[in-house]
Amino acid sequence: MKGILKIAFKLLVNDKGKFAALLMGITFAVFLMVMMTSIFSGVLRSASSVVINIGSKMWVMDPAVTTVANSIPMPDFVQDEVRSIDGVKFAVPLYSGAATLRLSNGIYQSVSILGLDDTSLLGRPELLEGNIADIFAENGFFAVKDSEINKLNNPQIGATFELNEHRGVIVGIAKVTANGLFGMPTLYTTYNRAIQYIPSARFTTSYVLVEPKSLEAVQHIKDEVKKMGYVAVTNEEFRDNISTYYKFKTGLGTNILIMTLISFIVGLSISGQTFYTFILENLDKFGALKAIGAKSRELVIMIVFQAGFTALTGYGLGVGLCTLMIGLAKIRLPNYASVVTFGNLGIAFIMVLIIAVFSSLIGVRKVLKIEPFDVFRG
Amino acid sequence: MAKTAISAHQLVKWFGEGDARTNAVKVASFEANFGEIFYLVGPSGSGKTTLLSMISGILKPDSGRVTIDGSDIWALNNDELADFRLNRIGFVFQDYHLFPRLTTLENVAIPLILKKHDWDEAMQEALKYLDIVGLKNRAQLPPFKLSGGEQQRVAIARAIVSQPDILIFDEPTASLDGDTGKKIMSFIKEEILNENRCVLVVTHDSRIFEYADKIMKMEDGAVTEIENNSDIK
Repeated sequence: MKGILKIAFKLLVNDKGKFAALLMGITFAVFLMVMMTSIFSGVLRSASSVVINIGSKMWVMDPAVTTVANSIPMPDFVQDEVRSIDGVKFAVPLYSGAATLRLSNGIYQSVSILGLDDTSLLGRPELLEGNIADIFAENGFFAVKDSEINKLNNPQIGATFELNEHRGVIVGIAKVTANGLFGMPTLYTTYNRAIQYIPSARFTTSYVLVEPKSLEAVQHIKDEVKKMGYVAVTNEEFRDNISTYYKFKTGLGTNILIMTLISFIVGLSISGQTFYTFILENLDKFGALKAIGAKSRELVIMIVFQAGFTALTGYGLGVGLCTLMIGLAKIRLPNYASVVTFGNLGIAFIMVLIIAVFSSLIGVRKVLKIEPFDVFRG
Repeated sequence: MAKTAISAHQLVKWFGEGDARTNAVKVASFEANFGEIFYLVGPSGSGKTTLLSMISGILKPDSGRVTIDGSDIWALNNDELADFRLNRIGFVFQDYHLFPRLTTLENVAIPLILKKHDWDEAMQEALKYLDIVGLKNRAQLPPFKLSGGEQQRVAIARAIVSQPDILIFDEPTASLDGDTGKKIMSFIKEEILNENRCVLVVTHDSRIFEYADKIMKMEDGAVTEIENNSDIK
């Protein structure tokens, strides 16, 4: 069998023009598919950045909340009632909102502000500079060092700004796991300072962060919160809900899906057509092989090997190219929202397998139909 | 007395359906022996290629029987028939059907690869046969860089590399000039033919008739006559 595969390999790669066309088709298709789905994954990850960065095990919110950004403030009793549910270890409020700063140079800049519970500071970021206790200092804010920090003029500790006629001071530089989606710098402060500095409606609690005593308590907490007319979700569920919103309730998911399908169809067409031409050009030779004594299954193995080899090589090149492009893009655009996940690679791999199966099927069908007698007849 | 290599008995083949149904071979019978070159001659459409295909286990006859060295080949199943062709029959096609993307050596080794020989062993064996046809120095070239006569010899090397006892040549001189055609036939007669081998040649090239031991003429699907070489001369 090894000898037959070696012949199949040589027949394929020695036809340099066709092999290059096949590889280019599949590489291009894989590149586009992985790129599209990676951008989408990056967008979804960025959309869930607050959930990832805060890292609370459970979140209580208004049932109408679809993304972190459109939080609906809840009255204070929600937090108190949640604290009284059996199985709750502790529950603290989180403020999440946006505001406009006036920087020291007079320029206005929109920012995202997270107000952490004053007592526990649950969800606090890791500090690169400064001391965590300084968040309690007068007018203290932490700036997150991400790709957006330059919009705050790359502030150092001690830098000041104005927020709704309140003075703000940067008392620490923090780092977070995930960057935000909307290109705004992020500031952390205490919950009380946040609701004091930022004009708000009657209710101020964006989310109640809950630490359950055990995994078994999660369902009970959910049920009890539901009775209050609110909803409690785990960290993963909240991220899934955000993903679902972007996938199915905005045009984003549909557009990415269409682009991915187009990439798939392009790859399928190029490789299918080229492989078909390759088979057609060698059809008489396959007929001659049959006449000489090759069995049909041996020819099928040769063709499947050729299609599989091309598909997997193209897949590797496509993924490599995509990774390279994303890497280069991230050098220039640090907040470039694109993440290659195993899921994306899996989707592209399945699509490449479909391309390989389709390409080999049309080839196999043709080769199985050729009769050695046709070779004699010319 | 020479041993019978091929025995075709009352072979009949029809093609098509209804009004388009054509009787390509009308009751053909003949015998060819080991150690002889047997020609099937006739104009285009006379049924010689169809007859050749039925004899070589490629096209199943509608009726009749083909025995090769005493074995009824059409009693074999598809896989057995493929093995039979691989082990007992060597083909030299009219257009050679050499793989342009493989080297000459690899082309010759194909039957051995199909017989599951080790790659290196197959290449060594194939090189011996390229040497026999005088093309050892062309082993690493692709076939399209060879002349027509050289390609013909590569096809012959491929046909004999698995040491078959039946060799089938389909129009071996059709794309060669007269001198090269004669050289090829002379080479077949002197170097390839032996007492354990039967060579069957389909041709309508009268310039090479002198190399035949027997000539069977066909017309409109029927065998019109079978002559010995001495009768022709």
